[in-house]
This record gives sequence, C-alpha cells and structure tokens, in this order.
Amino acid sequence: MFEPVLLKNIDAPDGHLLSTYEAGGGYQALAKVLREHTPDEVVDLVKQSNLRGRGGAGFPTGMKWGFVPKRADKPKYLCCNADEGEPGTFKDRIIMESAPHQLVEGLAVSAYAIGAETAYVYVRGEYVKAIRRLEQAIAEAREKGYLGAGVLGSDFNFTIHIHCGAGAYICGEETAMLESLEGKRAQPRLKPPFPAVAGLYASPTVINNVETLACVPHIVMRGPHWFRAIGPDKSPGPKLYCVSGQVRKPGLYELPMGIPLRELVEHAGGPLPGRRIKAVIPGGVSAPVIAGDGLDVGMDFDSLAAAGSMLGSAGVIVIDDSTCMVKVATRIIEFFHHESCGKCTPCREGLNWVVKVLRRIESGEGAPGDLEQLEKLCKGIFGNTFCALGDGAAMGLRAALTHFRDEFVAHIEERRCPFH
Amino acid sequence: MSMREKIEEAAARYPDQRSAIMPALLIAQNEHGHLPGPVLEEVADILGVERIWVYELATFYTLFHTEPIGMFHLQLCDNVSCMLCGSDALLKHLEALLGIRKGDTTPDRLFTLSTVECLGACEMAPVMQVGDDYHGELDIGRIDALLARLRAEAGEAIGAGLADAAPPGE
Ligand SMILES: Cc1cc2nc3c(=O)[nH]c(=O)nc-3n(C[C@H](O)[C@H](O)[C@H](O)COP(=O)(O)O)c2cc1C
Ligand code: SF4
Ligand code: FES
Repeated sequence: MFEPVLLKNIDAPDGHLLSTYEAGGGYQALAKVLREHTPDEVVDLVKQSNLRGRGGAGFPTGMKWGFVPKRADKPKYLCCNADEGEPGTFKDRIIMESAPHQLVEGLAVSAYAIGAETAYVYVRGEYVKAIRRLEQAIAEAREKGYLGAGVLGSDFNFTIHIHCGAGAYICGEETAMLESLEGKRAQPRLKPPFPAVAGLYASPTVINNVETLACVPHIVMRGPHWFRAIGPDKSPGPKLYCVSGQVRKPGLYELPMGIPLRELVEHAGGPLPGRRIKAVIPGGVSAPVIAGDGLDVGMDFDSLAAAGSMLGSAGVIVIDDSTCMVKVATRIIEFFHHESCGKCTPCREGLNWVVKVLRRIESGEGAPGDLEQLEKLCKGIFGNTFCALGDGAAMGLRAALTHFRDEFVAHIEERRCPFH
Repeated sequence: MSMREKIEEAAARYPDQRSAIMPALLIAQNEHGHLPGPVLEEVADILGVERIWVYELATFYTLFHTEPIGMFHLQLCDNVSCMLCGSDALLKHLEALLGIRKGDTTPDRLFTLSTVECLGACEMAPVMQVGDDYHGELDIGRIDALLARLRAEAGEAIGAGLADAAPPGE
C-alpha cells in the first residue's frame, strides 16, 4: 500500500496548526539543512530526487534552482505560485487550508537553497480560508523562530509575504505573475531573460508551485532515493491528483506518479451508476482530452505527453456518456477566451472567433465547413501566441475535434444538439 | 486601523510602492464595497503612485468592482466540473428565484448574481462563492435554504442599522 506523505494529516481537524505539524516531524527538514547542508547541497538533493514542477510544465526543480546566479548584486526572490486557476484543480487550496506548514517549511528550505531572504506567495484572492490559514501558519512559525532574522540561530534570514490575486487566470503564468506582483496588468513577459536571471524587480527569481515546494522537506528527510523510487524514474514522487466531474467520489487523491488513469478513476469510485466514461481531461482544461478507450495511460509527465496530452496540474475531469462533448469544448474555449490577457492577436481574436463558431455548432446552427474553419483557426493560433494559454486552447480543441468528430458532425447534420 | 494605515502597512511588504496597488485596492474595496473614481484617486495619493496605474489594475482584475454591487455577491461557478454536476440548472433556478439575469443586481440591492470561472473547489461541485465563503455540493434545496438564510441575515443587518440610526431614548 502506498503511504501518503503530503496528505498524511489532511483530515486531522488540527492539521493546520504548528503543534500538529511538529508532532509529525515538521520543521526537522529545515533544522537539518541549516545544521548539516550548504545551500548547494540542498540544490543537489533536489536534483538527485528528479522532482519536477507540479504547476503544469513539469520542469526539473533542481535544474531551475541551479540557473540562479551564485553571486548577484541584487537580492534574490522566491515566488510561490498559489494562483491555482486551472479549471479542475484544487490541490494547492487543500494543502494551504489543511497543512499550510508544509508549504511554509518548503518555502524556508527552498529559499535557503537558492539564497533568497524574501518569498512572496501569490494566492488567488478567492481563497480566503487558505489565505487566513497561511497567515496563521506564518505567524506561528515566526513566533517559534522558523522564520525571521537568524532562523533557528543560524545566519539565514527569511520572511514570507502573501500577495492576494484578484481574479485573473493569466496570473498563474509565471511571468504574468511577476508583472502582477510588480503592480502591473498581468501580461506575460518575453523570455529570455528567464526569471532565474531577471525576474521580480529584475532580480534573480525562482517561481515554484505550492505542491512542488511542499515536496521539498520530505525529500530532505527521507532522501532523494526514496522520492525517486516512487513511480517512473524520470517523473517520480508522490503526486496529488484532483478528481472531479462525473465520478462517484470526487476528491483529492495522493498516489504514486505514473499510476494508470484507469486505476485513479477507480480510486475515485468509478463512473456514476449506469454510466460509461466517455472522456477524461487528465491535467486541467489546458490538457487535451483523452477518449474513454485510452484510460490505460500512466499519469506522469512523459507517458501523458506520449499519449498526446499532458499531466499539467493533474486536474482530472471525468466525463460520462450523458454529456455533449461539443458543449464541453465550447465551455473550455469560452474560458480561455474570457481569460485571454489580450496581449497577442492570435489568442485574443482567434479565440473570439472560435467561440462564435463553437456556439453556433452547439446550438444547431452550424454550417458545413465549420469544422474545417475550426481547424484552420487552431492552426493559426497554435505556436503563434506569446504564452502557452493560446497553445493550450488550440491543442485542447484539436483533441476534441479528433476524438469526438462524430458528435460535432451530428450537431451540424441534425441541426440540433443530440444530447438535448 | 484607518484605510490609510492598512494600506501603508501592506506597502511596507514591497520594495516598490507600485506593488502595493493590488493589496491597497483590496483594502479599499473591503472598506467601501466598491471602487468609485474618488477612492481610486485616494489609493493613488496614499501610495504616491500614478493614478493611471491604479485605474489600470482596477479594470483588469475581475475581483475589483468599479460599480456598486449587492449586499451579497452570488458567484456561481459554471466551469467544466461544475457544469458536469449541474450548474446550468442552478443558474436558471437562481435567475427565476431572484427575478434577474446573471450579471444583474436585485432592485432591493441585496443580491448580485454572477457566473465565475473555476473556484478551485471542483471536488465539491457545483460550487458558489458568497462573500468569503464557499458553498459546495449545491442543489436546488440547498440554494433555497442558503438564500433564505442570507435574507434573514440581511434583515438583521438592516434592522441593526436602523436601531443604530435611531436617536437614543426613542
Ligand atoms: C496560462 C498559464 C496558467 C498557469 N497557471 C498556473 C497555476 O495556476 N499554478 C501554477 O503553479 N502554475 C501555473 N502555470 C505554470 C507556471 O507558469 C509555472 O510554470 C509554474 O508555476 C512553475 O512552478 P513549478 O516548476 O513548481 O511547476 C501556468 C502556466 C500558464 C501558461
Ligand atoms: S497567448 Fe493569450 S494570454 Fe498569452 S500573452 Fe497572448 S493574449 Fe495573453
Ligand atoms: S469547475 Fe467549479 S469549482 Fe472548479
């Protein structure tokens, strides 16, 4: 049986308190690195673990940290991406609400490794409870000397600030987040320079997701080999899967990386009574949909990429045979269109056009040639946008058009939605 | 603490005052309910930043309201997971119950009804945020009970307001 690590205390009513966290071995990783390891050694531990970012792109965390210049005449920053806007995703909220000290300790260890004295946690503004719990955890940790000047008697100084978002999905894109933190409209920046070299206030900056940072203390305590032994070697570790939609037991599940999607859906109780699973979106709505016959794929970065989709945020949305895929595709593109920051034309105008065509098909007013039109639009958007939002939208629509073409065609031929 | 003090406290967290515009707008909105022009200008003046910078943010982020909204802002999620769990029917029900369309405010200014993108709580879909609180696993019965509770709360708040306003001894 797989032993949950990140969610160990998640159901404990006092799981958010320092006393509970300490009783379970909390803050020992921080004490250990300050006592036994140089910052470079911590970066090496994380490199050896093969930890890959849990925010969506799966970039190797140790490698990212290694890009931070050793000597810099400017302060370095650690930013935690807690914007969690990818539809279908709720893992970071649950960590912050139910086990916020895991994040606080992860921030402290990671900041020590990269040489940052200040961290900003960018939390979406809707997460009021998570923000309160995190504030409380930071205050408790400061009281106990885990944060502040001279952490645990060392010469490491560390402060965490919370920055509340105000309802814009694009702030989850790391350079848009930096713009937002600097008090500007959240529009992605050109890369390079990469944030590790010139990020927040043009200083070296590491941006990591909540779950990524929460893994770090466990890697320190149990060792990189423990981490690497869970799941595929190139994409290892315990993983939080957010399962929602048309399943019996939606919820947050901690299981090994690489678990077959079919098994994950079974953990979540399987389909609703009398229903058959038609499709699964495996990594938030930016991840291309997988048809019901493709559920044997492993839930890790490489296996899902090979299957034409992506692990993304591991927001697993289950769709059964009662649901119209044209409607799902329309809703997803409406989302991207609404959240487009407006900076580049293919995304801003292209998605506007795609939404119009999709709405017309869904309402039974589609015309022959509309599907070709959609494909042309996807081609015009994909690879031509400033950030990955536009790409995600185009990839998702292409997958829906490929796997569920018959449903699109039926809408156009029958001049109505067959599901209504 | 006054609004100015709260904003100055928030601004101390950043090396650059411009970073404090977002937190300052959140503070100002909590204070005033929404963000009319004069409030935006006050925020700019407290921080000593360009007014245009403040306007820019107030109009970019969806949680900022430059127009007044109702006492309770009903924010129903209609993204995919909630849609799969029946948010469409809940929206219709809310519109019928309140006699308004999404985006509008009831004439008594108690309720503003909006649909929002994923609230990050899809495990309890369908979900609606009201004020700071999430309400999940909603169905028609729960919506009815919730609205009844909010109306009662509003009644009490208005009652208390009237009592406060009454001259002492009368
Ligand atoms: C449109 C868009 C939205 C994103 N939203 C999020 C998000 O909500 N949370 C997150 O952690 N990463 C998000 N990302 C990924 C971040 O840009 C970044 O890769 C990540 O935060 C890095 O952290 P990690 O290496 O720990 O995964 C998003 C990316 C894009 C393109
Ligand atoms: S792809 Fe869309 S969200 Fe990204 S920069 Fe262009 S307009 Fe903005
Ligand atoms: S889709 Fe409604 S909370 Fe995520």
